[in-house]
Amino acid sequence: MAVSAEHPVVPGRGLLRDLRRLAVFMTKRIVALFLTVVVGVYLTILVANMGGKVDELRRIQIESTVAEEVRANPDFNDMSSQERNELINERVQLEVERLNLDEPFIWRSFDYLNQAIWLNLGRAEQMSSDRGSRDVYDIIGERLPATILLFGTANLLIFFSSVFIALRLSRRYGSPADRAVIGLAPTSAAPAWFYGIFLILFFAFIAPILPAGGMVDVPPPQSMTAYGLSVLKHMVLPVLAMFMSQIFISIYSWRTFFLIHSSEDYVEMARAKGLPEGRVERRYILRPTLAPIVTSFLLMLIGLWSGAIILEQVFNWPGLGTLLFQAIGHRDTPVIIGGVVIFAYLLALTVFILDILYAILDPRVRVGPE
Amino acid sequence: MNRWTEGLYQLRQYPSAIAGALLILFLVLLSLYTVITIPYSQAIEQWRGGEIWERNPVNAGPVWADRLTGGNAPATFTVEPRDEAVESQPFKGGQRVSMPLTFDYTADGFPSELNLFLSADYENTAPFIRLTWHTPDGRTIPLGNHQITGDRRISISQDWDLQRRLGALPHVGLFAEEPTAAASQREVQAGTYRLQVDAILFEDDAELDAELVVYGQVHGIAGTDHQRRSLLLALLWGTPIALAFGLLATVGTTVTTLVIAAVGVWYRGWVDAVIQRLTEVNMILPLLPILVMVGTLYSTSIWIMLGVVILLGIFSAGIKMYRAMLLPIREAPYIEAARSYGASNGRIVMRYMIPRVLPVLIPNFVTLIPTFVFLEASLALLGLGDPSLPTWGKILNDAQDQSALYHGFFYWVLEPALLLMLTGLGFAMLGFALDRVFNPRLRSI
Repeated sequence: MAVSAEHPVVPGRGLLRDLRRLAVFMTKRIVALFLTVVVGVYLTILVANMGGKVDELRRIQIESTVAEEVRANPDFNDMSSQERNELINERVQLEVERLNLDEPFIWRSFDYLNQAIWLNLGRAEQMSSDRGSRDVYDIIGERLPATILLFGTANLLIFFSSVFIALRLSRRYGSPADRAVIGLAPTSAAPAWFYGIFLILFFAFIAPILPAGGMVDVPPPQSMTAYGLSVLKHMVLPVLAMFMSQIFISIYSWRTFFLIHSSEDYVEMARAKGLPEGRVERRYILRPTLAPIVTSFLLMLIGLWSGAIILEQVFNWPGLGTLLFQAIGHRDTPVIIGGVVIFAYLLALTVFILDILYAILDPRVRVGPE
Repeated sequence: MNRWTEGLYQLRQYPSAIAGALLILFLVLLSLYTVITIPYSQAIEQWRGGEIWERNPVNAGPVWADRLTGGNAPATFTVEPRDEAVESQPFKGGQRVSMPLTFDYTADGFPSELNLFLSADYENTAPFIRLTWHTPDGRTIPLGNHQITGDRRISISQDWDLQRRLGALPHVGLFAEEPTAAASQREVQAGTYRLQVDAILFEDDAELDAELVVYGQVHGIAGTDHQRRSLLLALLWGTPIALAFGLLATVGTTVTTLVIAAVGVWYRGWVDAVIQRLTEVNMILPLLPILVMVGTLYSTSIWIMLGVVILLGIFSAGIKMYRAMLLPIREAPYIEAARSYGASNGRIVMRYMIPRVLPVLIPNFVTLIPTFVFLEASLALLGLGDPSLPTWGKILNDAQDQSALYHGFFYWVLEPALLLMLTGLGFAMLGFALDRVFNPRLRSI
């Protein structure tokens, strides 16, 4: 890469150079992230298939189902036992070939991997979507909005309120409110589902004003507004649970962060110049700290994708987490792998956006040595 | 070492640190007490349930909670015949025995169940008994005849014929003031009750023992669950298990992560690159779904779970943080000095690089413990807890399965939740205070 000190910097060329570096950087990251997803998904396939043991289980299952079918069918009643066994074997063989169970696991695992990577998620073995489709794609697609709705709402709420409150608190450092937040920060050691249990206890059983679980009333209301209100009502407790478990630690860490940055020399300088406090906050505290703020926002999104199972389970929320848990219970390998592939892609996408934003927000990434 | 003692001295100025340390001390003492008084094998054996709990009531709340709220709910008690009241009349080839089981009943509220435990000792012919119930207001209610072969439990509460005659559950009807009132309006009658056991023994030296168990609505410090098991056992044993799991998982993940990060920083080149790539792969793998997968497909043994947690935690995002801390240390003059006197690579990594970042990591370490304690509880809540171990998460899972909140058994959820909360708070409070003491950047604020 050209060292800018050797050439006088022309504004247009500087932008071009920035873009070129950004493009190189992004391509590298995309390749690296894609390889990461491939390895991660392959590991998941290995675990989900128990290193091929799931297939043995399935074979046994096929044998017993076929035998059962043949025995229950009156057409085959007058067969001799030998003939019947041959028929059973033949049918088992057909089924095994249909599911490609006769190939060695290692080959099939690469086959799975290839399909999973191209999001060709296949058909579920046991489960079906609420509309009756057996496509893994449909099953996941049906649940994804619920998860995004719940966790998106909660996390956006937590993120923006904590940054806002922290900014206010960092100015009133040492005030009773500030101390209260420090004192309450350790309560975040408990995860959201823990608070969820208490909230359910208080607001659904002791004072039954809110529903204990689910996403919408049964039966679902007909009109759009009533439906929306019902969903909103069901969201209150889970969102509150997440809020309670994360808000104090979040405020605490942002407060510390802003305090450290608001004691920097250039901030003191701005204050000494007599700039209004709002301007100091926006230009001198928030702008230089934007990169870490965005990082933590996206890291929070990453946490959002992976921490969903238990809270959804406690609140009976029909999202991706509950789906994954049910799929594992049914030993439905395609759905499990589909769920994890979606998780992995969402995570990779988040990491990628993080990289780009970092490059845009932090000038050092652009002008730093390659 | 001076830095550490100084840090500890400073720590004393934080009330939250002291409170946290006291909470941890309490939990550690509780674990020690539990491990010493209830041996592991005994705890596992008892938690499996069965006959040892047959004299406990089902789903009874803790006694103290009832008494604190001014209640006087019945507790479980056992009535045995007093020796002087037992009369025995011999006849040719046997004896008649009259065995009154007398007790005072003063609690508000009906018992939750009524069982009579009988054991007969005889050679050939089993004894025969007739049971009659005498209420304080002088009524007598026949409870039927039975032949007693060996040890036998007569479940008076499940006598459908009696229930039909009384028009209410037997343990309600037998203790009610107004036998004719509607079932919902019956009130408990205080006074002296008697269950008369009249037995005919067909052998001269045959013996009969009877014990009446009047099951209460409250039981012990912690109450009982749907299998009559005392929750106290699981609450007590949950403590050492939770602490051990949290501590082992934290040590396992932080120490390995730190060492690997240090090795990567020290050797650079392909070693570092491999470590970085592995970390990125690991960041893409969702921890909880994988744990759930391992739990359902392989085994729910707590040790296997611990192993997987550590395995997935080795290349965690922490490596990136440690790397950032260790990179400047690598170039520090004292490391160069160590190299020039010929220190080995291993020595430099273990003795010079790692100890340098330890103080900054101690607070992290302490705050990480409750995360794993809650992780174990989370897994148990999803039904993936170790099936044989009594843990806090297990209690919560049972409570969830039995819809404890719906049925109003709040103690069942609140007790393990309280212990979890104490653990979380204890470590978090100490960790936050440590953070302020050992992190120089925060100290000035």
